[in-house]
Amino acid sequence: MDELNHSLAVDVAGAFPTVVERLGGRLYWGLRRISGSHQEAEDLAQETLIRAYKALVDYPEERIIALRLDPWIWTIALNLGRNHIRDRARRPRFVGLVDDVASDDPEPVDTGVWDARLSRLSAPQRTAVVLRHVVGMGIEEISEATGRPSGTVKADIHRGLTRLRTIMEDEK
Amino acid sequence: MTIERELAGLGGPIPAGLTESVALGTGLAEGYDLYPSAVGEVVVTFNPEGVSTLDLAEGDYLDRFYRRTGKTLIRAEAPRAWARHLPTSIEAGTPGKVPVDLRPLTRFQAQVLRVTSQIPRGEVRPYRWLAKEVLSPRATRAVGSVMSHNPIPLILPCHRVVRSDGHMGNYSLGGPHLKLHLLEHEGADPARLERLARAQVKVQGDMETRVFCLPSCHVVRSARRVVDFGDPAEAHEEGFVPCGQCRPV
Repeated sequence: MDELNHSLAVDVAGAFPTVVERLGGRLYWGLRRISGSHQEAEDLAQETLIRAYKALVDYPEERIIALRLDPWIWTIALNLGRNHIRDRARRPRFVGLVDDVASDDPEPVDTGVWDARLSRLSAPQRTAVVLRHVVGMGIEEISEATGRPSGTVKADIHRGLTRLRTIMEDEK
Repeated sequence: MTIERELAGLGGPIPAGLTESVALGTGLAEGYDLYPSAVGEVVVTFNPEGVSTLDLAEGDYLDRFYRRTGKTLIRAEAPRAWARHLPTSIEAGTPGKVPVDLRPLTRFQAQVLRVTSQIPRGEVRPYRWLAKEVLSPRATRAVGSVMSHNPIPLILPCHRVVRSDGHMGNYSLGGPHLKLHLLEHEGADPARLERLARAQVKVQGDMETRVFCLPSCHVVRSARRVVDFGDPAEAHEEGFVPCGQCRPV
């Protein structure tokens, strides 16, 4: 990760495709599990990465080197998710995404059951559980991304998992 | 399977199109699409700031673009905010509601190109006129050089700018025959203008209103009795006043 920070500090435009490649998939799937919607997740992931790029262009070198990319990207994503800010109309649209409103849903297996279970958690619990176990972030990183103290994040995850177990028990 | 394990399996690969959309949205790559025009199919490139280039869709235009700009092109639809105005803009020969991205140009280059879009369809102006309009009357050659490097021909209508001696001159988009074809298409009657240039007629006067114009100006073209002059000084001597529309002096 450190190496990527250094490449970014030297040449944002040159190194940014690597950021997309490395973080894009996890960002999309995390957002997908939090929102339960392919289109919403695709839209937000796109917007987040574009804003991240614009921010990096203006950041001084030291700030880029010190940046923890995962929590930083997720801070942007979660803020956008709250505010629903969009300016898609000003952007060229990749033709793969043009014909229908969004591209084909890449869902590999039927995970609708999981989306239904996750949708029953409170937003902070769902976000914490998804960031911890689907995206694979650490407690400190989640705390940074959500702006909640790490003790609270731990409690969110714990309660979220307990709730999910109860939901699954009830299914039997 | 533990619940944590199951959750860990709810991810997946980066979805198709995300990489391309981000490249387009950041401007790291440019979008392109093909459009019809009076000179055949053209390839238009764009980014979030607006249209960046226009070229004939001939040969390996993707490679030409890459060599000129160092950027890759991704097939895309123009931004929804102005996409529907693009075909009109190409046919009318003026940006209109379509934003143009002139960031790679110097201020002088951008200013000169923007003034070309004030030349009405069906008319032409000499390089010298354009130099005067941007308040650099001695920069006629520099203006000519801006025309030959116009990144967005047709939309920024450099084909309406002609040599200071009145001849139609060269055209960067595919050569002089396309310039003649375009001017013909727009109703500027280039054959008539070439005849007047050979006769060294620089301006023409309307005998009734005593106003003199550049020969392509719609004002003098609608006059019933016209007189030819070698230059504006001759017209002044005969008591003619310059036209406020084409500003021939």
